[in-house]
Amino acid sequence: MSEEQIKNLEKQFDERIARDEKIEPKDWMPEKYRKTHIRQMSQHAHSEIVGMLPEGNWITRAPSLRRKVALLAKVQDEAGHGLYLYSATETLGVSRDELYEQLHTGKAKYSSIFNYPTVTWADMGAIGWLVDGAAIINQVPLCNTSYGPYARAMIRVCKEESFHQRQGYEIMIKLANGTPEQKEMAQDALNRWWWPSLMMLGPTDDVSVHTEQSMKWKLKRKSNDDLRQQFIDQTVPQADLIGLTIPDPDLKWNDERGSYDFGDIDWDEFWQVVKGHGPCNKERMKARVGAWEEGEWVRDAAMAHAEKKKERNQKQAV
Amino acid sequence: MSTKNWPLWEIFVRSKNGLEHRHFGSLHAADAEMALENARDVYTRRNEGVSIWVVESKHITASNPENNGELFEPAQDKVYRHPTFYDLPDEVKHM
Amino acid sequence: MKNENLYNYLLGIADNSLVLGQRMGELCGHGPSLETDIACTNISLDLFGQVRSYFQYAAKIAGDNRTEDDIAMLRKEREYKNVLLVEQPNTNFAYTIGRQFLFDVYHLAFLAELQKSTDLTLSAIANKCIKEVSYHERFSSDWVKRLGDGTKESNQKMQDAINDLWTYTDELFHQTDADKAMVAEGIGVDVTILKENYYKQVNNLLEEATLEVPESKWFQKGGKEGIHTEHLGYLLSDLQYMQRTYPNMEW
Repeated sequence: MSEEQIKNLEKQFDERIARDEKIEPKDWMPEKYRKTHIRQMSQHAHSEIVGMLPEGNWITRAPSLRRKVALLAKVQDEAGHGLYLYSATETLGVSRDELYEQLHTGKAKYSSIFNYPTVTWADMGAIGWLVDGAAIINQVPLCNTSYGPYARAMIRVCKEESFHQRQGYEIMIKLANGTPEQKEMAQDALNRWWWPSLMMLGPTDDVSVHTEQSMKWKLKRKSNDDLRQQFIDQTVPQADLIGLTIPDPDLKWNDERGSYDFGDIDWDEFWQVVKGHGPCNKERMKARVGAWEEGEWVRDAAMAHAEKKKERNQKQAV
Repeated sequence: MSTKNWPLWEIFVRSKNGLEHRHFGSLHAADAEMALENARDVYTRRNEGVSIWVVESKHITASNPENNGELFEPAQDKVYRHPTFYDLPDEVKHM
Repeated sequence: MKNENLYNYLLGIADNSLVLGQRMGELCGHGPSLETDIACTNISLDLFGQVRSYFQYAAKIAGDNRTEDDIAMLRKEREYKNVLLVEQPNTNFAYTIGRQFLFDVYHLAFLAELQKSTDLTLSAIANKCIKEVSYHERFSSDWVKRLGDGTKESNQKMQDAINDLWTYTDELFHQTDADKAMVAEGIGVDVTILKENYYKQVNNLLEEATLEVPESKWFQKGGKEGIHTEHLGYLLSDLQYMQRTYPNMEW
C-alpha cells in the first residue's frame, strides 16, 4: 500500500471512531492502534493477575468465614478479569503465552500499586475501597472504548466489580466502628494506601505521554488529573462518614472549584516503584513466574493427554 | 516454555431456556471436556447460564471485513423486505 | 449441651470441608493456568459454603452465644476432627488433585447417604452439597486421568502423590463414637458400608489413568479423634490468626 492509501485509510478509520463505530478484530487498523491496544490491554490484564497476590496473601487468614468467602470470590474475579482481558488482547494476534513472557521478563508493566505489601487485615479493606475505587473510575469509561473486544470485556469486568469496592468499604466500616485497636488498624491502612491510590490514576497531565492519541481512540475519556480529582472528591466524604482521616494536611474543600484541593504527590516514589524499586516488585514477579514454571508440567500433561485421547478416538472410528 | 500451548476456545452460553446461545468470550483448554469445565468455572460463576457450547477457535470461519461492501451493502436498499414499505389505509391499525 | 452427639457429628463433617477449603484457598493466584486457578477457587468456595451451613446449624444446636466463626476458628488443635487426608499440603498440583480426588469419591458417596438422614436440616444441607461435590468429583477425576495418562513426568508425579496419600484413605471409613450414636438414631451415615465401593471406584479410575493401585495395607488414622499430622498446626495458625490476635471483635 502506498503512503497515501494508508493515510486515507487512517482518516477513514479515525472518522469511524469519531462516529462511535466500534472496531472489530478483523477490521483494518493502523499498526499503532494495534500496538497501543496490545500494550494497554495486556498491561490491564497483568494488573489483574498480579493484583491477586497482595489480597491472596490474606485469604487463609481472613478473620471470619463471611469475609473469607467474599475475599476468595473477589480475588477469583480478578483472575476472571485477567482472563477476559487476555482473551480480548489475543484477538489482536498475540497469544497469552507471549503476553506472559513479556510480563515475566519485565518487558510489560502492571499497575505499580500491587508492589506495596499487605501487612494487616485492614489492607483488604483499603484495597477494596481505594484501589478498586480508583480502578472503577478508570474502567467505567472504557466500557465505551473503540475496540469492540476491549469494550465488551470491560462491560463484564465493571458489572462484576461492582461488589469489590463495597466489600472493601464494608471491611473499613466494621473496623472504624470497632475497638480502638481496629480503628487504628483502619487508619493505618488508609495512611499507607492513600497516596499510592492517587498515583494509580497515572502521572500528571503535563508529563503523561499517551493522552492525546488515547483520547482520540477512546482508550481514555478523561485526563489523569481529572480522574484523580474525581476520585478524591468522591472518596473524602466516604472517609469522613466513617471517621477516618485522609493523610493529607493540605486537603481542603475549595468552594470556588467545587472540589478538594490536595497536597503534592511524591512522584519520585511513583517512578521508583515503576522502575522496579517498590517494596514487593521482586516478590510479585517471583510468585507469577513461579506459578507459571511450576505449572508447566501440568499444562504439558493435559495437552499430551488430549492428543492421546484424540488418537484413540480416531483409531476407534477407523 | 511449554512445547505446546493449550488452544483457544470460543464459549457460547444460553442464559436461560428460550434464549439462544450467545458468544460470551474465549478461554484456553487442552480439550473439549476441559473447555466445557473451564467455561462453567469462568463464565457461569454468577448463575449466568443453563447450557454451554464450546468451539475451538480455529474451526470458526469468518467473513472478511474487506468484503463487507459486496456481502452486506446490497441488502441495504431492499426496502420491500420490510413491512413499512407497504402502504395501508389508516383504518387498518394492525397488520 | 443437650445434643452433644449431633454437635460433634456436624463438626466431624464440617471440619473436612473447612480444612480442604483452606488448602484449596491457598492456591488462589498460584494455579498452573488461569482457568485452573479459577476452578480450584470455585471448589474452595463451595467447601466454605458447606462449612457455614454445618457450623450455623451446630451453633444453633449449641444454643449458647457461639457463632460459626467461634466454632471454625477458636478450637484447639485436638478439637478439630477432620480426616488426615484433607490436611495434607499442596506439595505440587498432583498432590492437590490426588487429595481432592481421594476425598471427592468418598464425599460424594457420603452425601448421597446423608441425604437420607432423618434430621431434615442435615438432609437438606446434603441435598445442596451433593451437586457441588458431584462436580468436584468430575473435575478431580478428569485431572487424575490427564496427569496419569499425560506425560511420563506427570505420570510419575501423579503416582507419587497417590502412593503418599493412599495411607490416609482408610480413615475415611472409621467410625467414631459420635458416628455410631448418630447412625443408631438414623441421623448419621454408616461409613463402613461405603468402603468397598469406594476402593472399587478409585481403583477403576486409577487404572484408567494408567496408574498403579498402591499395595500398601498400612494406613494412618487419628484425625477423627483429633490426633493430626504436623501439617494441621500450621494451617490452623493461619486460619485462627486474626481471631487469636484480636479476640472478641467483630469483623
